[in-house]
Amino acid sequence: MRAALKESGLASLVMLALMALMVGVRIADVPGGLEIQWRYADVIAALVSVFFGRLGLILMREGRPMSMAVVGGVVSVVLLVLLVIAPISDAEPHWARAALPFSGYVVNVLLLIVLAALSLRAVAIMRRGPISAPSQASESVMDRISASVQEYSRYIVPFLLAAAILFPFTPLADRQMVDIAILVVTYVMLGWGLNIVVGLAGLLDLGYVAFYAVGAYAYALLATEMGLGFWLCLPFAGMMAALAGVILGFPVLRLRGDYLAIVTLGFGEMIRIILLNWYEVTNGPDGISGIPRPTFFGLPFVRSPAEGVESFHSFFGMTYAPIDRIIFLYYVILVMALITNQFTLRIRKLPVGRAWEALREDETASQSLGINPRNTKLTAFGIGAMFGGFAGSFFATRQGFISPESFTFIESAVILAIVVLGGMGSQIGVVLAAILLIGLPEIFRELQEFRMLAFGAAMVLIMIWRPRGLLAFRAPTIRLFGNGTGKR
Amino acid sequence: MLGTFEYFVDQTINGLTLGSIYALIAIGYTLVYGIIGMINFAHGEIFMIGAFHALIAFLVLGLIGITWIPLAILIVLIATMVLTSIYGWTLERVAYRPLRGSPRLAALITAIGMSIFLQNYVQLLQGARNKPMQQLFSGGIELMREGDYVVTLSYLQIFIFLLTITLMTVLTLIIHRTSLGRSQRACEQDRGMAALLGVNVDRTISLTFVMGAALAAVAGLIFLMNYGVIDFYIGFLAGIKAFTAAVLGGIGSVPGAMLGGFLIGLIEAYWSGYFTVEYKDVAAFSILVLVLIFRPTGLLGSPDIEKV
Amino acid sequence: MTVAAGIVESAHPLLDVEHLTMRFGGLVAIDDVSFAAAPSDITAIIGPNGAGKTTVFNCLTGFYRPTVGRLTLRRNGQEHLLERMEGHHIAQAGVARTFQNIRLFSQMSVLENLIVAQHNKLMGASGFTVLGLIGMRSYSDAEAEAVELAKYWLEKTELVERADDDAGNLAYGQQRRLEIARAMCTEPALLCLDEPAAGLNPRESAELEDLLLFIRDTHDVGILLIEHDMSVVMEISDHIVVLDYGQKIADGTPEEIRKDPAVIRAYLGEEGK
Repeated sequence: MRAALKESGLASLVMLALMALMVGVRIADVPGGLEIQWRYADVIAALVSVFFGRLGLILMREGRPMSMAVVGGVVSVVLLVLLVIAPISDAEPHWARAALPFSGYVVNVLLLIVLAALSLRAVAIMRRGPISAPSQASESVMDRISASVQEYSRYIVPFLLAAAILFPFTPLADRQMVDIAILVVTYVMLGWGLNIVVGLAGLLDLGYVAFYAVGAYAYALLATEMGLGFWLCLPFAGMMAALAGVILGFPVLRLRGDYLAIVTLGFGEMIRIILLNWYEVTNGPDGISGIPRPTFFGLPFVRSPAEGVESFHSFFGMTYAPIDRIIFLYYVILVMALITNQFTLRIRKLPVGRAWEALREDETASQSLGINPRNTKLTAFGIGAMFGGFAGSFFATRQGFISPESFTFIESAVILAIVVLGGMGSQIGVVLAAILLIGLPEIFRELQEFRMLAFGAAMVLIMIWRPRGLLAFRAPTIRLFGNGTGKR
Repeated sequence: MLGTFEYFVDQTINGLTLGSIYALIAIGYTLVYGIIGMINFAHGEIFMIGAFHALIAFLVLGLIGITWIPLAILIVLIATMVLTSIYGWTLERVAYRPLRGSPRLAALITAIGMSIFLQNYVQLLQGARNKPMQQLFSGGIELMREGDYVVTLSYLQIFIFLLTITLMTVLTLIIHRTSLGRSQRACEQDRGMAALLGVNVDRTISLTFVMGAALAAVAGLIFLMNYGVIDFYIGFLAGIKAFTAAVLGGIGSVPGAMLGGFLIGLIEAYWSGYFTVEYKDVAAFSILVLVLIFRPTGLLGSPDIEKV
Repeated sequence: MTVAAGIVESAHPLLDVEHLTMRFGGLVAIDDVSFAAAPSDITAIIGPNGAGKTTVFNCLTGFYRPTVGRLTLRRNGQEHLLERMEGHHIAQAGVARTFQNIRLFSQMSVLENLIVAQHNKLMGASGFTVLGLIGMRSYSDAEAEAVELAKYWLEKTELVERADDDAGNLAYGQQRRLEIARAMCTEPALLCLDEPAAGLNPRESAELEDLLLFIRDTHDVGILLIEHDMSVVMEISDHIVVLDYGQKIADGTPEEIRKDPAVIRAYLGEEGK
């Protein structure tokens, strides 16, 4: 017991050091300088939570889950009641709000979640005895899930596809939801594109946004300067991005994993800085506006088209609805994403695709089998960049305006996170991760300020929990016996 | 003015000041890389947290009335180093230790995740706006004069150089003269063997993170005092440039990190002084790429013969 | 005519190593080593630890660039100067190798490992990906052929049953055999094996010997073998080269090597060394 108390004490001491200045004091901007505000109530609440939480954990570990289950359960219920009452009670003073341990509402919710999870675990231990090696157990559960996702992908994929195609016609699809869907699918496409580079070829690219930017600017410049249409520019923008990928990749692709990561990050930033400062061409931080929207085989989506041009709604004899254009954009990106997906699935079964995977597994051995590492990596880098460029063009035409601000490192990190968290190489994993990381935060707008915080935390937690990603499962590209039913 | 020797000296002093910051951060990258072979991507954020700790500590001291500058700086220095190094310790304990032995990629993603997390953590707690601080002491020694153009070495810069040199000396002594330094060098060579010989590997790695974070904290303090304004985003660029410095010097080599830090600082100062300020970050990145391509072992790194 | 004399007399050995020297900084790993390997012979390179055997392999397969020396591979009347070529070109010229620490593509299936080994052949058939992407017939035929070759070597190495399993999940001895099968799928003229018997039990060693003899006799492939297990070496080698401290100290048939005083000294460490 003494040891347990000592350990809990130490844990709260560390917590105190972490919070003493950073949480306990807030720098407030006041006219004429800075002022400090004390926030020690939060620090004390955190210390108490950590002390007792740690103590409870130690007791659980020693096979005495009783106190955790009882105390944790009671406190959870009280917290839950307070959390429900706090926002709805109008009584002054706000007794429910005052009774909550932390000043931030979300922090209280977090505490409740952790506490409730611990109490449930304690109850589980009481009923079934200690759970041995919990991380291993969860590992195998997730492995089984990802294996069965793979196995039933024959049914899951058509279902997802049908859902994606029918989505704009469901009652759910108001303008905002379709917009979010467009965003999610854009990231799915970017994820699938980057997956070629990271998942298949194992090249850690932290500067993928550079190619997204090249595609966007290539289209924007061609369209605004030379008046070319979206569909004409699309292949060209993709080629420009691929070219950029090959030029940047050529000198650096022989670097080892994490060095390559940092160098690609540097390239990403360099391209952004160039876009920011090359006024004559890119218009600097002001960006490029007035980028034309895509047309449906030459039919624009406008209420009153220019002289001699027929618009989409009049051609099909429909009344004009602004959402038509949004839905059209949704289908454009959906088709582009699906092409990326099909391309990846096919190329994986071709010699290049297998060589990518072989290089990822062992470069030395691949070379000893006659695979040219540099060229093979360059194709992966170039093709990945090309899809990034396509997505960039779409981004430009959808927004109608682009500026260097849209192409920061954080975008690269988000796309990489989608690939890695989904499970490297897993196509469905990318969809899942994009919905989780892009869709959910967009829908829960109120939590916007916590979005990136949760994002970073999710990256860390998922990596610790499943270092190979959520749905990491690799099916062989060719089989000697049967086809993929799991049995020989 | 641009062509004069005085201007050159002025830029050199600026470069060395900037270099002190990069060098102190770079040491943290190199120490960690040496011992566990990972790029601690969140190290720039530790520097940023150090700067915030320093600012908050100054404000608190001002509030409770400790205004004698030397004492205030001493207290802030110690508080910043201690509190920030706990962040370094926690970072390793919570995020990196569970992933030891996992694929390198997983560790790097975790580090990026931690970096994003810490940035937003500070932004949420302290707000996104710039935080300015007034200068603590002014004045300096006039070094030379050319017409109206006066080159001064400010007292602040003298303080910065003395502090940096002292810390580097102490660090070198720790690495070469203490049992902790011996354990670190043992772990660098062969972690498994070191463990067999009774070196507490976990503790050694933890202490390495603590040392790196403490130095980054000092870099944060210097940044705050020299530039007088910080925000939650300063860790990103400073971190990348310091990493460049570590690579330039030869990652894994502590003297290399120091040398690389000062070199990057000087290059950046000359670049902004003689060419264009806009592209100074491109200069740093270009150096990183060129070094990695042509001399991946850096200036002072030892060649690493690959085995099959 | 003795075997040794045969090697010397043969004007066109499969592989000629002349004055090979490799320095790392001040360290001389190989010092002016010359030897030849005849086609369809098993040539063993032996020597104590650190004698430079693996370094010879690494020079031969392009992993290191030799400081000095000439490495000539002769195949179908063509001469390839290996010391000037990059690793993948050496492999394409007909040198395949295995590694001391097994290097399989462990997350890929056994069959995929063998298909990857036929990369260059398939790459051509896939019209450098373009034709393959649109699903051309010629590619699927070529792939079926590649599978046949893979199946053949799987049978020879008794791995057919495991074809669809991840290579990383095979037992140690199976991984060693798979590495040899993978090297053979590149259809080499010279097969370099780096300690293939390491860690094998006596039964597996005997099977390995049979496999190597089969490769030599039916596939007209010269084998270069680094091995510590002297029973394996003496049993199957046609020709042995002995290295010590980076220098060649003996070269001859197993009989000759067994009696060579320099070799005995190197291995048993007599006084005067």
